[in-house]
Amino acid sequence: MNQPILELKNIKKVYPGVVALKNVSMKFYPGEVHAIVGENGAGKSTFIKTITGAIQPTEGKIFFEGKEIVNNNPIKSLSLGITAIYQEFNLIPYLSVAENIYYGRFPQKFGFVDYKTMYKNAKKVLDWLGIDINPKTIVKDLSVGYQQIVEIAKSISMNSRVLIMDEPSAPLTNNELKYLFNVVKKLTQQGVAIIYISHRMEEIFDLCHKVTVFRDGEYIKTMNVADTNKNDLFALMVNRKLNDNFPNRNYTPQEVVLEVEGLTTSKVSDISFKLHKGEILGFAGLVGAGRTEIALAIYGADKVRSGSITLKGKRIINKSPAQAIKNGIALIPEDRKKFGALMNMTIKENISYSMLKKIAWKFGIIKANFEKKTANEYKDVLSIKTPSINQKVINLSGGNQQKVILARCMFTDCEILIFDEPTRGIDIGAKQEIYALMNSLTQQGKSIIIISSEMPELLGMADRILVVYNGKIAGELLKKDADQQTILKLASGCDGGTYEN
Amino acid sequence: MKIKEQISKFGIWFALIALVIIFSLTTETFLTQTNLFNIARQVSIIGICSVGMTFVILMGAMDLSIGAIIGISAVVSATMMSNGIQPVLAVITSLILGVAIGLFIALIVNKIGILPIIVTLAMMTALRGACFIITGGMPVYGIPKSFLFLGQGYVGFFPVPVIIMIIVFIIGYVILEKTVIGRVVYGTGGNEDASRLSGVSVKKVKYFVFAIQGFLGSLAGIILLSRVNSGQPSAGTGYEMDIITACVLGGIRVTGGEGKILGVIIGVLTIGVLSNGMVLLGVNEFWQMIVKGAVLLIAVTADKISKKTSNKMSEGSVKTA
Ligand SMILES: Nc1ncnc2c1ncn2[C@@H]1O[C@H](COP(=O)(O)OP(=O)(O)OP(=O)(O)O)[C@@H](O)[C@H]1O
Ligand SMILES: [Mg+2]
Repeated sequence: MNQPILELKNIKKVYPGVVALKNVSMKFYPGEVHAIVGENGAGKSTFIKTITGAIQPTEGKIFFEGKEIVNNNPIKSLSLGITAIYQEFNLIPYLSVAENIYYGRFPQKFGFVDYKTMYKNAKKVLDWLGIDINPKTIVKDLSVGYQQIVEIAKSISMNSRVLIMDEPSAPLTNNELKYLFNVVKKLTQQGVAIIYISHRMEEIFDLCHKVTVFRDGEYIKTMNVADTNKNDLFALMVNRKLNDNFPNRNYTPQEVVLEVEGLTTSKVSDISFKLHKGEILGFAGLVGAGRTEIALAIYGADKVRSGSITLKGKRIINKSPAQAIKNGIALIPEDRKKFGALMNMTIKENISYSMLKKIAWKFGIIKANFEKKTANEYKDVLSIKTPSINQKVINLSGGNQQKVILARCMFTDCEILIFDEPTRGIDIGAKQEIYALMNSLTQQGKSIIIISSEMPELLGMADRILVVYNGKIAGELLKKDADQQTILKLASGCDGGTYEN
Repeated sequence: MKIKEQISKFGIWFALIALVIIFSLTTETFLTQTNLFNIARQVSIIGICSVGMTFVILMGAMDLSIGAIIGISAVVSATMMSNGIQPVLAVITSLILGVAIGLFIALIVNKIGILPIIVTLAMMTALRGACFIITGGMPVYGIPKSFLFLGQGYVGFFPVPVIIMIIVFIIGYVILEKTVIGRVVYGTGGNEDASRLSGVSVKKVKYFVFAIQGFLGSLAGIILLSRVNSGQPSAGTGYEMDIITACVLGGIRVTGGEGKILGVIIGVLTIGVLSNGMVLLGVNEFWQMIVKGAVLLIAVTADKISKKTSNKMSEGSVKTA
């Protein structure tokens, strides 16, 4: 076979208290999609940051087309054509799409930014991707899914030779995923080497040629995708066998706990539904359909224009999230970096943050030991991978950050839990733990609303699914009637399949 | 990287020790008991306010009006006392006024959404104007003797203002490190949106913090009045500069969310030693200002560098150059 374009030899990375990578050696070939899989905290992101020079390995060497890259740094690796899309976005929210794509490489005319050319070029890239975004749109006004696509456009515009994608699919809905796949295939035809990190097994088998398993910072094995299967991969990742994906739900309709009627905000209109005790209610829809906005309105984070919310027969008005929590409604936000985690605070402090009352004496003095104990309990229940609960959240792997926020939400003890993309970025082992947890929460009489772009998750967990399209509820499906096809049809409006290729 | 981090963490200690050594060698009077107590007394005003400022900056805000709050409190209590009102009553009135000013600042920040730095800039100018109007531009005399204990008295060995400062620091420490409100002050400064979505009443936090700030500013003004024995309309002018510098020197991150109040104590002492030493060396007032300005810049630079290193260590934020 041809020469590897990128080769890593004996890479080791040590953080205080953690060995994130132990002696990893790998080769990547042009035109190949190479998946890296592993549990949360296995070292995947650390590995790719080493390649891009965002961090320096403690030991080891990197070769590009046979030549060693000495003193690697992001600028050097970019100039070689190594581009990366990180798990956490790096877009600048107040600049336009085009400005983000060409940030730092603005086309110029007489020393001024040549906006005309920039917009034209950006449009070309976006067209090539087959996505209809106006290059003048300000990035912060885009949904997470679209922001992801801008990231991809940015990489493509840099003529990348090695494209690294760290969980690119996490914020995407199924239809957007198809775009992503098409784009990846186009790129491989042009000889780009792709490194693809994902927790979604299906994608690996649909898209990738090779797969490498990491476990606890160690390189375990590289295989041809054709020669392996989901169960084998899982076994390699966690060193145990994969059991059933979803817990058995035996939900029988009980009394209504939450009733929403005619809820209208600037983003959604006339939302009405009921949530029952012990029920898991799913919200399906495309990115930007308004699912998150419905949740935020109920949670008191978005201004409600009209409509009513009734909790256990009592009309409530949530003017703020604080009030919502007091009323017994908690939420896990979709965007963990912006709205979820307090990155510079510790795991312990993050977990107790929504319910400080619960860990304090009367005069607001924190019961330090109780807080520690609580945090450690959640650390064990959710298997948060960290040397200590006093670790800052910013130092955790993406999936583990998500678990911390999940823990915070659970600690509120609220009767109604709204989970917005709860398992985004979480490995399959931990996902199953979370599903089991959701199941047991509902058995304790709590009710859950789950917003998810992962169809199997909705189909597997929800007792009932509401499909949101364009800020309105487009349909309701009981578990027994719900299937991917029907949901997609409802989610893409009356004509159905606008996004189907 | 580790060494760099250590230096930026303990740099302020080095700076303080270096200053002490330099001044001990270059002047005869620096390392005397009287002078050291002098320094302690001199920094007490700034020290008390820097506790409030620590809360403000940690919360992600900035307060430029603190010097003017000191002034208005000094002037108002002086005027009341010189008109024969009981010192206790005058003090209580001033403290309430301070809290009210703080709450007013927070009200504007919360309701209209103007940045605190702008609101307090406006406040600083307006309050200073008020100081001159109340006094007619003249110092207010006629402060009762009994009141002077607060600024000039001793309990055993210790000057009263120093004791008050120490108590304020201890209370500040306990609130920030051990209580719920301290936790949410840090959280709000770290990520305001996430805090709100976590169910923290961010607006209440702001009311609380600015109320504390107003209270402490006012307390400092009263002590200042008692020390100088007259209500000067320009009292406290420019103090905000020393107070902010002390906080930043002490490692409070200017963008909020990070830093320890223990560091601020060292920051305050450094400012105190620097001022005192320069006076002893006969450095003129304007050169002192230049030096202090430089110190603030150096402190912020150090803060930035340490932020960069710590950023690099964690999630590599890559800018495409
Ligand atoms: N800056 C840091 N300081 C300390 N530890 C770190 C730091 N960055 C990462 N780690 C640790 O290194 C290990 C590997 O993290 P990494 O982010 O590479 O995991 P990952 O495989 O990408 O996980 P995920 O699937 O959750 O994204 C984790 O245990 C993490 O806590
Ligand atoms: Mg990762």
